[in-house]
Amino acid sequence: MSPPDIIALRQYLGEGPKDRSISDARHSVSLTGIIQRSCLTGRSCDLSGRSVLLATSGQLLSALAMIELDGVARRVLLCPPDLDWDRLQVLLEQAEIDTIVTDRPLHDAGKYIRIGIDLPERRDEGWKVDRATEWLMLTSGTSGLPKIVRHSLDGLAGAIIAEGPARYRNATWATFYDIRRYGGLQIFLRALIGGGSMVLSEPGEAIAAYVARLRAGGVTHVSGTPSHWRKLLMSGAAANFSPRYVRLSGEIADQAVLDGLARAFPQASIGHAYASTEAGVGFSVDDGREGFPAHLIGRNRDGVEMKVVDGSLRIRSLRTARAYVGAEAPPLADAEGYVDTGDMVELRGERYHFVGRRGGIINIGGLKVHPEEVEAVINRHASVQMSRARSRRSPITGAIVVADVILADGTDRERHETIRAEILSQCKDYLAVWKVPAMIRFVELLDVTAAGKLARSDA
Amino acid sequence: MSVKSKIFSAMKQIAEEQKVTLPPLEDDLSLHETGFDSLAFAILVARLEDELSIDPFTVAEDAAFPSTLGEFVRAYENVPA
Repeated sequence: MSPPDIIALRQYLGEGPKDRSISDARHSVSLTGIIQRSCLTGRSCDLSGRSVLLATSGQLLSALAMIELDGVARRVLLCPPDLDWDRLQVLLEQAEIDTIVTDRPLHDAGKYIRIGIDLPERRDEGWKVDRATEWLMLTSGTSGLPKIVRHSLDGLAGAIIAEGPARYRNATWATFYDIRRYGGLQIFLRALIGGGSMVLSEPGEAIAAYVARLRAGGVTHVSGTPSHWRKLLMSGAAANFSPRYVRLSGEIADQAVLDGLARAFPQASIGHAYASTEAGVGFSVDDGREGFPAHLIGRNRDGVEMKVVDGSLRIRSLRTARAYVGAEAPPLADAEGYVDTGDMVELRGERYHFVGRRGGIINIGGLKVHPEEVEAVINRHASVQMSRARSRRSPITGAIVVADVILADGTDRERHETIRAEILSQCKDYLAVWKVPAMIRFVELLDVTAAGKLARSDA
Repeated sequence: MSVKSKIFSAMKQIAEEQKVTLPPLEDDLSLHETGFDSLAFAILVARLEDELSIDPFTVAEDAAFPSTLGEFVRAYENVPA
């Protein structure tokens, strides 16, 4: 249980510049200053070897607790902010949780030991780092109970170590994700392991307010989903903000959003990465184009192996999650260790393109279409900010494709019909006839989930 | 505009989009002869539902799909909106 080469998160605090910090809108905490400090309060027990639920209202306290508990606790379940207590109960059983670390009042902690959390103003207890803590995360599935996925720090940090963490030593990181989800946790770990700083968002914070803080905080490296970035581009908040590094992940990065970001941030390196809670970080693409080069299929030099079976991308590497957690949890990987991502790809020339999720296919009288491929074509229109294709029931063909579109700010109402015709003609040029939306509706708003992805109620 | 003329106008619009040449629209024209395939009809029915707030083919459980244009129009005329 205690291999001598375990490196826990707190051991990275001494790396990098002395003025490293992690902050939210209200507090800034010096990362070098919290060595030998504790954020846990009212403790009555040793946390060594315990199975901990980490449920804080904001991200900052979770970040501090992750640093303090890594290498000490047996496992830490990261609770995203949008999970209600009732649904959590089942997950606590599955994860064999015995201790809850939270800043919220718990009227009835029941059998669990409750430990409070606050800014790190006390001396720590000098707990020994003697184990590889298991990191448990929840999948971001939209329906039903999320699944619990088990990672190791080694696996989570695999891509960071492979790139050489010192590469980003002077970076100040930010993400539109929550750090208690996979995409956000990657950025937190990049900041921590790479010796950088980080600016966190506040619950419910408007994008313009967050970006204003990113500017003030000198943020250089930012990540988010394409939906997050489209929202930013639409908000007008991109003006006067000039990050050096812009990354997209979590959804398909189409050419339109990549081009939009290249125009908004001409100085920045813009790339998209493929990662998921289950499959870990697969690869990143830095040539500014949608899709990925076909030569990435196979084994790459970082030890990530990918193949395409029945149209879906499968990944095997040390960065994938270790397993689903729970008594009746299904296997995470196949017999050969490949995780089926459920993301469908299509080879066009020398490049693979993501076409959508396996479960999201719309069936039009037996002919299939992924909503994402329709959206990618619609999004190419210069007046379109964002779109969602969806299924509409039909008594004739079972379903047809319709699309909801957000137009750019200030688009003249008089031009709506022209734009509609242009979008349709664009769709006809690039899509098979049954994939062309039967109707296009202009809307003001499209829902984005708590995980930063376009909400797909029919998927 | 009558229900019938709304239907005909929607059909002409779809014919144009789908590059279908419609024959003269008469009551006894069989739907097959319109040149519309099932996708074109699916689009027509969806657009008419938005315009007229009626989908006669989903509402009635035993809805038999009409075979002539006249029957198709009557399916809309007979459903109370």
